[in-house]
Amino acid sequence: RRVHGAAEKFSQDQIKPIVREMDNKQTIYPSLLKQLFENGFMGVEIPTKYDGVGANFFSSLLVVEEIARVDPSVAILTDIQNTLINTILLRYGNEQQKSFWLPKLACDTVASFCLSESASGSDAFALKCHAKPQKDGTYLLNGTKLWISNSEQAGLFIVFANTDFSRGYKGITCFLIPRDSPGLSVGKKEDKLCIRASSTCPVHLENVQVSADQILGEVGQGYRYCIELLNEGRVGIGAQMIGLTRGVLDATIPYLKERKQFGQPIWEFQGIQHQVADAMTRLECAKLLTYNAARLRESGAPFVKESAMAKYYSSEVANHVAGKCIEWMGGVGITTDYIVEKFFRDAKIGSIYEGTSNIQLNTIAKYLNKW
Amino acid sequence: MAGSMKVLVGCKRVIDYAVKIRVRPDKMGVVTDGVKHSMNPFDEIAVEEAIRLREKKIAGELIAVSCGPKECGETLRTALAMGFDRGIHVEINDRQLYETLTPLHIAKIFAKLVEKEKPGLVILGKQAIDGDCNQTGQMLAGLLKWPQASFTSKLSIDGDWAHITREVDGGLENIKVALPAVVTADLRLNEPRYATLPNIMKAKKKPVDKVDPEQLGVDLSPRIHIIKVEDPPVREAGVKVDNVDELIDRLKNEAGVI
Repeated sequence: RRVHGAAEKFSQDQIKPIVREMDNKQTIYPSLLKQLFENGFMGVEIPTKYDGVGANFFSSLLVVEEIARVDPSVAILTDIQNTLINTILLRYGNEQQKSFWLPKLACDTVASFCLSESASGSDAFALKCHAKPQKDGTYLLNGTKLWISNSEQAGLFIVFANTDFSRGYKGITCFLIPRDSPGLSVGKKEDKLCIRASSTCPVHLENVQVSADQILGEVGQGYRYCIELLNEGRVGIGAQMIGLTRGVLDATIPYLKERKQFGQPIWEFQGIQHQVADAMTRLECAKLLTYNAARLRESGAPFVKESAMAKYYSSEVANHVAGKCIEWMGGVGITTDYIVEKFFRDAKIGSIYEGTSNIQLNTIAKYLNKW
Repeated sequence: MAGSMKVLVGCKRVIDYAVKIRVRPDKMGVVTDGVKHSMNPFDEIAVEEAIRLREKKIAGELIAVSCGPKECGETLRTALAMGFDRGIHVEINDRQLYETLTPLHIAKIFAKLVEKEKPGLVILGKQAIDGDCNQTGQMLAGLLKWPQASFTSKLSIDGDWAHITREVDGGLENIKVALPAVVTADLRLNEPRYATLPNIMKAKKKPVDKVDPEQLGVDLSPRIHIIKVEDPPVREAGVKVDNVDELIDRLKNEAGVI
């Protein structure tokens, strides 16, 4: 609860005033980034011996949720760092990699998860990035990753590349590549509809030389790590979408109680009340799906179906509720004077990244085959 | 060399400043159940000042004190998470009794704790945002026969003296008080830090001692009797007048104030 309180207070005090500016300028202020690190929000599950907070998965989710309640763009930065980056290192890093990178990830280094390419989004394992084994045991990486979040700020890139295309996806290997590696460059930021403050850029790898000790885990196991991590990441997105939904409602409900038409606050009209009650119920469902998936994960139980449901449903709810909020606000809902339109735009990403809604439905359906 | 002065700070659990206060249906108080509570903002400032004194190597052990029901433990954990060393929870679980506590009761409790802990400095918030009494610090100083400095907006310690700037009606007053003293914190004294997640986790392990007020020998029987609590009257619209004559006429004949 205290973790939640801290995240809430920080987000409301420090992030809220600059949300609109950061959206307009399409950037996350370095000073805010520094504060996120200082407050421990970037290393929630990293053990204290690596300078992290040493808290649990649920705590990460609470942090993401409270930040998303104010700014989903900042939330995705913390979500990726906590649920994808830190987790993959904790789980598959060797001691040397962990003691080198984890303290940095907890204290000052943002990292990016580089999987997607121009020809491989949902079909992630059709990636073409090549890690060619060299005679001296090193690898030469070539390829371009697309849609990489946090890439403008990242000091570390977790890159999935194939060491042996003849083995298909079983050649996919995970590499730890620092930003200053010769041949690695970050391309121009995408100009986006949503989560504009979050940098989304191509990452070019041109003859990047990588040594064997930069391999995370085992050669050819990258696809497996990916599946596992994105599964967890889904619960994180669930939390982000829940936060977004709560945030858009926070921004809307007070207005409904003030705005008068036909002699009364529009909140008094049964039609509005029914719609809000419906929105709140959907939000509650999304929360329960997400928290339940988290609970299963924490207890070591399988949670693939539940996390797919959580991500799918939470993003649908976020989209629906944000849209409704604009309608309830009327004309002012579409102006940039109010933050509601930003939540509406940001919600759209929920059904797209970290596994599109269609992919989530595929995953859920697979479980139904066992019926 | 670490500082050696022990500092005691009071942390009151109050309804969060952002919450819209509602009067209870029985008109005997305000709604507190299920309502968000936090540390009194002026107490947070007091906590922050004590931590800064330790960072300057003047203060040593920092002790947070809270009086009230079990939820006050949370308030103490916040102080611990900000950087305090231990907490003292004077537990008062009788809700009705708690509601009739006044600054004098609290000052007496603190006086007993001060006798026991022997701090070199006590910092309290200038007032609580629920009672707005602005009395506890002053009363405590009186009971202890210690110097006091209220409405402090600047504090520096120099050996056995504290140099204080106070915000008073006439402006700013600079005084010097001999330690040990009671200081009450005003808004502009500092800006409290955030309790970072790592510190929140560390705070879980810090000790909080529970104290029974009866053990302290303080009589908590009510000194006041709450008759009724109600909303202030709804503010009515003002009236514009055309000239001074009309103003005087209306003040005299309608409002009856001159």
